Amino acid sequence: MSSPTSTPGGRKRGRNTNPPTPSSEDPTSPPSQRRRGQDSSTGDLMPMPTSPATDMLSPAAPQDTSLFSSPRPSVQPNEVDMSSPLMYGTPSSRVEGTPRSGVRGTPARQRPDLGSVRKAPQVDLHSEPPSTDGAVASEPNAGQRLVIWGTDVNVGTCKEKFQRFLQRFTDPNSTEDENAGLDLNEPLYMQKLEEISVVGDPVLNVNCRHVQSFDAELYRQLICYPQEVIPTFDMAVNELFFERFPDSILEYQIQVRPYNALKTRNMRSLNPEDIDQLITISGMVIRTSQLIPEMQEGFFQCQVCAYSTRVEVDRGRIAEPAVCRNCNNTHSLALVHNRSVFSDKQMIKVQESPEDMPAGQTPHTTVVYAHNDLVDKVQPGDRVNITGIYRAVPMRVNPRQNNVKSVYKTHIDAIHFRKTDEKRLHGLDEEAEQKLFTEDRVQTLKELAAKPDVYERLSSALAPSIYEHEDIKKGILLQLFGGTRKDFSQTGRGNFRAEVNILLCGDPGTSKSQLLQYVYNLVPRGQYTSGKGSSAVGLTAYVMKDPETRQLVLQTGALVLSDNGICCIDEFDKMSDNTRSVLHEVMEQQTLSIAKAGIICQLNARTAVLAAANPVESQWNPKKTTIENIQLPHTLLSRFDLIFLMLDPQDEAYDRRLAHHLVSLYYQSEEQMEEEFLDMAVLKDYIAYARTYISPRLSEEASQALIEAYVDMRKIGSGRGMVSAYPRQLESLIRLAEAHAKVRFSEKVESIDVEEAKRLHREALKQSATDPRTGFVDISILTTGMSATARKRKEEVAQALKKLIQAKGKTPAMKYQQLLDDLRGQSETAITKELFDEALRALADEDYLTVTGKTVRLLA
Amino acid sequence: DLCTHIHTDNPHSETFTELCLLDVLAASQNNSNSGWETKAVEFFQDQLKERDTHTLVPSLNDVPLHYLKPNSLVKFRCLIQDMFDPEFYMGVYETVDPSTKTKMLRCGKYKDVTECGVDFNSRNTVTAERQTFYCVPIPGENPWVKEISSSCLTEARVVPSTSYAPSRQKRSYEEDDDMDTQPQKQREPHAGMKIPSEHHGNGDCKRQETEAPSSQTASASHLDLNFPLPGEKGPSCLVKVYEDWDRFKLNDTLEVYGILSVSPALSALADEKDASSSLLDPAESMETAEEQRVHSPPASLVPRLHMLHAKPLPHNNPLLPSAALEDNSAFLSSTLSEMASVREEILSYFTHVLLGDALAAEYLILHLISNVYSRRDVLPLGKFTLNLSGCPTVASYTERFYQIIQQLVPSSHYLAMSLQNMNQMRLVPKKDYVANRLVSGALQLARNTSLFLDETQLEQGQLDTTGVRNVTALGNLISWQKVDYDFNYHQMEFPCNINVLIASEGRSLLPSDCQIHLQPQVAPSHLEESLSSIHMHPQASSQLNKFRIYLSMARLLDYSISDEVTKSVEDDFVDMRKDDPQSISAEDLHRMLVVARLLSLSLGQTSLSRDSWLRAKHIEMLRRSRMEQHKCVNGNEP
Repeated sequence: MSSPTSTPGGRKRGRNTNPPTPSSEDPTSPPSQRRRGQDSSTGDLMPMPTSPATDMLSPAAPQDTSLFSSPRPSVQPNEVDMSSPLMYGTPSSRVEGTPRSGVRGTPARQRPDLGSVRKAPQVDLHSEPPSTDGAVASEPNAGQRLVIWGTDVNVGTCKEKFQRFLQRFTDPNSTEDENAGLDLNEPLYMQKLEEISVVGDPVLNVNCRHVQSFDAELYRQLICYPQEVIPTFDMAVNELFFERFPDSILEYQIQVRPYNALKTRNMRSLNPEDIDQLITISGMVIRTSQLIPEMQEGFFQCQVCAYSTRVEVDRGRIAEPAVCRNCNNTHSLALVHNRSVFSDKQMIKVQESPEDMPAGQTPHTTVVYAHNDLVDKVQPGDRVNITGIYRAVPMRVNPRQNNVKSVYKTHIDAIHFRKTDEKRLHGLDEEAEQKLFTEDRVQTLKELAAKPDVYERLSSALAPSIYEHEDIKKGILLQLFGGTRKDFSQTGRGNFRAEVNILLCGDPGTSKSQLLQYVYNLVPRGQYTSGKGSSAVGLTAYVMKDPETRQLVLQTGALVLSDNGICCIDEFDKMSDNTRSVLHEVMEQQTLSIAKAGIICQLNARTAVLAAANPVESQWNPKKTTIENIQLPHTLLSRFDLIFLMLDPQDEAYDRRLAHHLVSLYYQSEEQMEEEFLDMAVLKDYIAYARTYISPRLSEEASQALIEAYVDMRKIGSGRGMVSAYPRQLESLIRLAEAHAKVRFSEKVESIDVEEAKRLHREALKQSATDPRTGFVDISILTTGMSATARKRKEEVAQALKKLIQAKGKTPAMKYQQLLDDLRGQSETAITKELFDEALRALADEDYLTVTGKTVRLLA
Repeated sequence: DLCTHIHTDNPHSETFTELCLLDVLAASQNNSNSGWETKAVEFFQDQLKERDTHTLVPSLNDVPLHYLKPNSLVKFRCLIQDMFDPEFYMGVYETVDPSTKTKMLRCGKYKDVTECGVDFNSRNTVTAERQTFYCVPIPGENPWVKEISSSCLTEARVVPSTSYAPSRQKRSYEEDDDMDTQPQKQREPHAGMKIPSEHHGNGDCKRQETEAPSSQTASASHLDLNFPLPGEKGPSCLVKVYEDWDRFKLNDTLEVYGILSVSPALSALADEKDASSSLLDPAESMETAEEQRVHSPPASLVPRLHMLHAKPLPHNNPLLPSAALEDNSAFLSSTLSEMASVREEILSYFTHVLLGDALAAEYLILHLISNVYSRRDVLPLGKFTLNLSGCPTVASYTERFYQIIQQLVPSSHYLAMSLQNMNQMRLVPKKDYVANRLVSGALQLARNTSLFLDETQLEQGQLDTTGVRNVTALGNLISWQKVDYDFNYHQMEFPCNINVLIASEGRSLLPSDCQIHLQPQVAPSHLEESLSSIHMHPQASSQLNKFRIYLSMARLLDYSISDEVTKSVEDDFVDMRKDDPQSISAEDLHRMLVVARLLSLSLGQTSLSRDSWLRAKHIEMLRRSRMEQHKCVNGNEP
């Protein structure tokens, strides 16, 4: 095989204005195409700016500084190998280009996405002076010494390699959902070809990463010379396909669509060196144009003798034939529009995704052209990965002007689109999540994780401007890491919630909002809403009718947008009940159901909720329970794993430390601060790394510890007739323990994790679920909205009242006030009016009595 | 041979070599040797840093565009309003002379348009990348700033090499072409000859001319120049950046030195769209008409500026030396020593303006010198939004009050919070994807701009969606000093540093760092009289200048707290809490530390002293007692 690093040159050739007319050699060519082939030789093509000069001494090598490395046809006809892709796509070569007769009947389709430079000639090394820098021909096969002009691509070798790739490549560890249902131990792409033969959609998507792992050299050629290599791939795949499935009928020949090129990930890093190379960029579609019909072939008819001819469009230009070949009249040919051939084209504007952008800059945009069936594949707002060829076109030369603007227009010819947000509806978006970490970074993170105090370090690095509240910060830290995702769908329970929900309540001005803002800025998929302004629709999703297309569009709200992230909800208490009710589903089932305008669907909303609520009376009343203070339904409260109170502790030592913290905040320089705390970027990476790569499982010892902890928790209450733990609390404990193991980068949940989870859970409970009347922790405050003592008290009063009434004998009706006074006189403890009312209601429920106005009547 | 090049090519080289070098570089440099080019640019940057050379460069802000010579060095004081996509251009290209067939390498840097006869197929073509910024004059820059900075430039006007050649504009494009083919030398003297007669003596005429573009803007209103604030004037500019454009951020204020390019060919290219060929030309169909109009506006309205050097502006007060304060110790020490006395004067002036309320005047000073000096995670430090409640609603007091502030700060904006304004104004910048640009809003302001919110204009009524969004945006601006720009599919957060002053009757509906209720010492009946007396005696301009320097200076000073004072502050805090925990919260301490900082700086002290701390505590106490007192007066206060 020959892969010369520099292609031979040194020969100045005249421009070939007369392409070979080989159609007669091929009997299978349809007559019309044959004719077109002949006609395409009419009219000289204008010198095109997109190709190197004819008099270049050597073809454009990859290291060429020139912008345009596309080769242009400049070889003699006798040097052109007819079976090569140099004729690829031109009408005259459509059939000849695919060498096997098995392809018969299946027309090739033009690939405008590969650009219009289709006539890449091959250069035979035999006829060239030997290359000076040692192009080694490893195989003395004459045919293999041919390379496509301007590249180091040998068609034969390339084809062979690709066929080998298709036949042999397996990816046993594949996680892509495209491969679902395929046997991972069989050659992957052969199965896909089989699929094509069944489905009949002649498109083969090829993951460049697979090509790279299979043959690095082939991958390099694909990246550097996509325009030449992809047609070769097409040829290879069609040969293989029709060999295997000779009877299958396709609309047109199979097209190879590579994706996932590693060349570029970010729009900002595109530079002149990427021109004419295969690149993959990610971004968001912001605008799509209407369909643009692009002429591929012009149909001309002579006005004198009605002789017709077809002229192919080359690089956006059409060479109008000046002389009719039939009657030799000049300027007699006119273009007939509706007999010309057009292809679809669409302009798409893509903008950098917000995550890729440096702060303080505006996002860049890039123009992408989609061709044929890629038109209308994406809609504005879609997040996409686009694979395509990067192009630069100079501003048009105006014959009337001497000087031109020295700026090029750049765009990408799309070959493959891959939506990144679409998959979020039915699976984890592994690819987008996979943030690439450099080895160094991973090393630093691991070193950090090995430190014994990593948990404390990280929690203190969280919102350093907010003073103390250590436990709250630890809780939020665990929330950022989250538990391990478990799937019980096979046993019918569906996904298990892995996200930790946290509620902060407390006095206004205790920097709750600041904490929320910080978290929102820290996580990549954070959303920040305020309970005051958001409606149920704004949180979930709504269906909108596009005024132009009359199409129904599903618009997602904050909760769906923060899937796999954290949704920060400020002023949780100010939210309307209606809005709050949608949270029930999200916070336990992690899904959102929508039934609106005929669309019924369930969206994933695996979001952790971080909410902040103010007490109803603006100041926290320590004499009341959490429920009474924030007036939230207990059904919702019990869905929070941790509920923290942020109160002003009011003790001297605390005040002193607080003052010191604040003063230093105001005079320390940036640098001093940096030293003291971990960088926010490190923290971000640490969390991202742990979330992606670490999924701890419970160890035997840890599960024992959890069981004990749960049993203990239930025991505490049982002595007093109260329940202090429910299964939900056990689940919370497991999540917290898992998150803590993640912080340590440990694949196993150990007893220290359980210890910390227990401690944190207890702290949060102590703060929020303490019965202000007894001072005991009572989980029923959160689960039923009333502490067990309060419930007991209610019952006692009701019984006392019943006794009182019974003692009064057979009086069918009593005065309300009289009864209250009697009860008060009898009871040792103070009876409030509310308590009395409740007791009456309880008795009424027993059908013992009824209350009408100010009269209490006994029932029989 | 660098020097010989300059001397042979430029007739004015004797006196201001540095100014003409650019002409050489831009207009007559056909040499693509990159070493030569970097050397020339470096030379220039050094020259500009030195001495007062920069005052010799004509400024786009002051000199009407048609007086400036194309391809000459100009400067522009501006704000980066939008960043366009990077563009690829021909860094080096080859031209072929049609008659002689000789080839020549040319440099495409610092130019928009190539020479004729470009050989697109040349192997020597080097593609390079540059970035375009859309820059507008600093929004809300007050008239006094413009006046003073243009008067600084008088020296530059006498210099022949910075001459304005108005005739240039009148030449038709065809003529231009002819001229371009002529050697540079022949044209220069011709232009140079005209100038002396052209510009001597009529300083007034120039001012009139400066206004001219504004009327032009009005007539050509289809071309929105995208100024953040309504009613702004002045040229906007497309600045081409060649090196590390990453260091610039949106809303940065800069003084750009660059080569002016107003080639009519630029707009000609945009205009000439013949329908026949557009179908097949890929380059043509790529942009919508709006985008074309926005990205390549006529050069006569939006000139291009090829950046050689950019100086970030820490402030735009022309009375202060532009160099960093540390480098100018003489100026620093002289002003520092005067600060305490100037403070007295300005305090009595403000007391008068605030109808005899000395405490409010004190707080007004603190507010005007406040500055976000640092950010800790999401928390901006040093902001001091003042809510001046109890403003009289008679005699258009707030407007007059704003006019006084306008006289003192370099840039400011008055925003009447009327219902109509809130419901209709565009406060937050929004991305327009059709034209592919960031449509500006009133909150896209440069750092340290004073934003005056007049809440007395607000009446009862319905706020619509835009209104709610605008109020939220103002709230975010005040609490976090950030504006969330609307990118349609997502929002992007841009930090800002804007001094917000809210004038209201009762407590403002917007959050604020500090609220003070105005206690006028003047009877309402005498209000008119008292107010007019302020305007009757306009401060002598030297007095005003003193105030202006004072306010800008105080903002630029460094500040620190010694360990000793830290300790006593801590003790104070603990003591206060001990007596009554409700009396002071962490938030109060936050505010007191800011007040102490600003108070020290207002006195010209760069570190907190025990006295200043006590004084800060004292005025805070006075303010709080006034608030409580006020609370009792009408019980409906929250």
